Amino acid sequence: MKELEELFLPDDVQYTETHEWVRGDGGSVTVGINDYAQDQLGDIVFVELPEVGDIFEKGEEFGTLESVKAVSEICMPVSGEITAINESLEEAPELVNQEPYNDGWIIKVKPDDPDEIKTLMHSEEYVEMLKGEE
Amino acid sequence: MKELQGASGLILNEPLLWEKGKKGRCGFSMPRRDVVPSPVDEGLAGDGPDFPDLSEVDVVRHYTRLSQWNFGVDAGMYPLGSCTMKYNPKVNEREASLPGFAGAHPLLPPELSQGALELMYRLEQYLAGITGMDAVTLQPSAGAHGELTGMLLIRAYHKSRGSHRSKIIVPDTAHGTNPASAALCDFHPVAVKSGEDGIIPAEAIAAIMDEDTAGIMITNPNTLGLFEDNIREIAEIVHSKGGLVYGDGANMNAVMGIVQMGKIGFDVMHLNLHKTFSTPHGGGGPGSGPVCVKNTLKPFLPVPRIIKEGDRYTLSGDFPETIGKLQAFYGNFGVMIKACSYIMSMGSEGLKRASQLAVLNANYIKENLKDSLYLPYDRPCMHECVFSDKFQEGEKITTLDMAKRLMDYGFHPPTIYFPLVVHGAMMIEPTETESKEDIDCFIAALKAIVAEAGKDPDLLKMAPTRPKLRRLDETAAARKPCLAG
Amino acid sequence: MRYLPHTEEDISSMLHAVGAEDMDDLFSMIPGNCKMEGDLNLPEALTEWELNTLMHGLSKKIAVSPEYKIFMGAGSYNHYIPESVSYLLGRSEFSTAYTPYQPEISQGTLQAIYEYQTLVTRLLGMEVANASMYDGASALAEAILMAARVAKRKKVALSGVIHPYYRDVVRTYLEPGDYEIVELPSLGNGRTDISGVAGMDDLAAVVIQSPNFFGCIEDLRLTGEIAHKSGSFFVLSFTEPLAYGLFKNPGCQGADIVCGEGQSLGIPQSFGGPGLGMFACRMKHVRDMPGRLVGKTTDMDGRPGFVLTLATREQHIRREKAKSNICTNNSLCALASSMYMASVGGTGIRELACLNYDKAEYLKRGLREAGFRISFDSPTFNEFVVEFGEDFNDTYKKLLEQGIVAGIPIATWYPELSGHYLLCATETMDREDMDALIKEVRS
Repeated sequence: MKELEELFLPDDVQYTETHEWVRGDGGSVTVGINDYAQDQLGDIVFVELPEVGDIFEKGEEFGTLESVKAVSEICMPVSGEITAINESLEEAPELVNQEPYNDGWIIKVKPDDPDEIKTLMHSEEYVEMLKGEE
Repeated sequence: MKELQGASGLILNEPLLWEKGKKGRCGFSMPRRDVVPSPVDEGLAGDGPDFPDLSEVDVVRHYTRLSQWNFGVDAGMYPLGSCTMKYNPKVNEREASLPGFAGAHPLLPPELSQGALELMYRLEQYLAGITGMDAVTLQPSAGAHGELTGMLLIRAYHKSRGSHRSKIIVPDTAHGTNPASAALCDFHPVAVKSGEDGIIPAEAIAAIMDEDTAGIMITNPNTLGLFEDNIREIAEIVHSKGGLVYGDGANMNAVMGIVQMGKIGFDVMHLNLHKTFSTPHGGGGPGSGPVCVKNTLKPFLPVPRIIKEGDRYTLSGDFPETIGKLQAFYGNFGVMIKACSYIMSMGSEGLKRASQLAVLNANYIKENLKDSLYLPYDRPCMHECVFSDKFQEGEKITTLDMAKRLMDYGFHPPTIYFPLVVHGAMMIEPTETESKEDIDCFIAALKAIVAEAGKDPDLLKMAPTRPKLRRLDETAAARKPCLAG
Repeated sequence: MRYLPHTEEDISSMLHAVGAEDMDDLFSMIPGNCKMEGDLNLPEALTEWELNTLMHGLSKKIAVSPEYKIFMGAGSYNHYIPESVSYLLGRSEFSTAYTPYQPEISQGTLQAIYEYQTLVTRLLGMEVANASMYDGASALAEAILMAARVAKRKKVALSGVIHPYYRDVVRTYLEPGDYEIVELPSLGNGRTDISGVAGMDDLAAVVIQSPNFFGCIEDLRLTGEIAHKSGSFFVLSFTEPLAYGLFKNPGCQGADIVCGEGQSLGIPQSFGGPGLGMFACRMKHVRDMPGRLVGKTTDMDGRPGFVLTLATREQHIRREKAKSNICTNNSLCALASSMYMASVGGTGIRELACLNYDKAEYLKRGLREAGFRISFDSPTFNEFVVEFGEDFNDTYKKLLEQGIVAGIPIATWYPELSGHYLLCATETMDREDMDALIKEVRS
């Protein structure tokens, strides 16, 4: 497991309390899980994705990530409709471990409220939150 | 390392069945044909399965070699917490293979199966006596099956009273089969946290018990190896709101002849014949999970039930409130014979002694290892004790590493990473059939491993090195499952 | 007691080490109001020799072959089991081992179960099979729950010619979940009447058994077509897998889930248990399948090996969200069936299946010639229904006294078929035994 200082938490995305990241503006956002989450989960063997067109509320579980010994829920950072899912994760779930912020993206969402993304954390805030949890 | 139990000998390779054999070989004595062939409808006839053709020698060598890669209780100590890997008496196997038992058809008219019915009836009586309950069903085929049965019984009870309760309380130390069985019965499990001392506080139950809660599922002794001290109070709280208490009897081995669950508030419980009552685990089954109930739940028991009328035994399905059937016939009779033989061989004194020695063995291990491994609950334990890898954190050695290294010392590892309430848990249950010398060996092995963790951690990280294979790639197996050849 | 190795000296030394005065002191942590008073009221412990005598006595009070000629099937079948299989199963490395959670020291069990899974897929013509479940009946219940889960529907069309006890188990499992079960009637020829399915559009599964309870071979292809047209799963159940040594397998006829009882393949009847719940499905549904699974992989040195896999479906990880609550598989029974299938072999199983078929056909012919009506004219395997007549009861009892069990009266479950009996003849039934039965019933 990585130490706090070793985590890669870029500035071009925002973070949720449940360790997802969000990139984009109000019209369309991309969602994945961050370096802390993928490190904690270990090797991901399977990703359960929603369907395009599904609608979820902020905080609702929209999918799961499975490692060999655990299952983790992935939750919506904002309310909205699923506009795309990363189908390469079916053949290559390891992308979530290897490229969590790029090729390992999970879903794209059209947010109900374009301003909701502003309520999420930036990397410094997120790090503080992690420190508090330790 | 001095003289190790785990020093390996000849380990032969053995291909898969279909990589062996030759077309035309047979390992079966084809019975003599005394009838003429009859034509088969062409539209229905198939080609038959693509099985390899092997001689008897091929088959015997194949499985003999495979068996040599396995480790059973007969080879050495198997301190798996919550599994009660006690010695499997061989005379029990003999009884189960008696032709009268092995060849019995379940649908024989009762007058032709009195021996089987009598055995089952006797076993029901014994189990009711041991648990302090009023009635028993032997039908469930395994512990989890028994839990499902128990949940169905509770559901039927409430339904008969016109109430539809949706929740059931499940402690955080519960085995995964508990919430899974509850969910199968359309109950929503409500988690309750154990206290700092490892047991459930009565106040926690009082806080969540209401008229929408069907009852509680509680393991006693619990999965931390501790007796749930507040059980009587908890039972009262649950009963006062019309709920029922389900007991997971997996840890019965700690209390035979010492505590009767039926007398301390349990309404229904299951037993694991393959744990407490010495029947072999078989590499993962078959087991048997009889369910014992108080009179309130008797009307709902699965059918058929065994009835004794004078000297005769029959089967009856005439129970209108029954939950139905869990298995096609009566349960795992072949397993019941072994458990019955065990109980008859041990008697009241023997069973009590077994529990006493199981608890003695576990406490002895606890006392001797608590300086080497972190003991989250430093109090007398019952038949199992739970440690963790906290002391080894600095060396970046985990419970998994220590477990893998134990194999090089000739022991099967204990249960790891369960219960979930202890991070890095290592649950050790020696059972009563381990001698003091073997336990001393086990303690020495773990102490040596802890020392290795400090001096030469790679020995653990790279372990095991002595069995047929090293650590396996479970990630690849899950990513690209290859489940048939 | 020979299973309890502790001497007084051992006990004394250990009590001292743990700081307890005596055995009772070890239990001082148990509240006084929980401890039982007095002792357990069990009979006095028996010696090994007394136990043998007692068990021998009980086992003698059960009617078995060869003393009795038992023409019964209905979910439990008398087949020859090679001594080599019983012998190998007795190896305690297999029987006294635990579930293979530590794969490095369980490769014996793991390879054997992988082989079992493979042989089952080949027998049933399916893509993947699990490491087995408790028995055919509970496997069927789990199959229906799986179909309902994946199809996200709650209605099931269940054939009335599935084994009555299997249907009972299905009902028990489905009761909590608000499912709707529609029972499909039978036709005059002994097969299920699936015509009603075409009108149902919200079905999770169409479920039939083949050979069915009357022994008849169902029309699998047609059932599959009709099920798929309605967007539902085709679930096929069986009680006699040996039939697939001869007949077309379910997989090549459109079955989505196949499940049933494997006792016929090398497992003693044992008064109904333990059995073997065989379960197979399509690869695309594997993550929804209940039960344990063994998969192939490699170790750190690149050597091939096996592990339990896809465990995230199971209860120890998912808890209440698991696909099932099942923990056990009937591992030793799966092993027995694998050893049996390996011993009988591909060539052998066909011959053995044909022999079973021919024995039952011989009995059928003989009974027909004796003047009895064979109730259903669909093809059968090693079981069939014959109409002995309403007043056969006295003859049946008389035959019992002579050591012949002339089948099972099916009026118990099918009151409209009073006087009809389900007979079974496997490879274990000699021609002279069948001749004797025919002679007795003729008079």
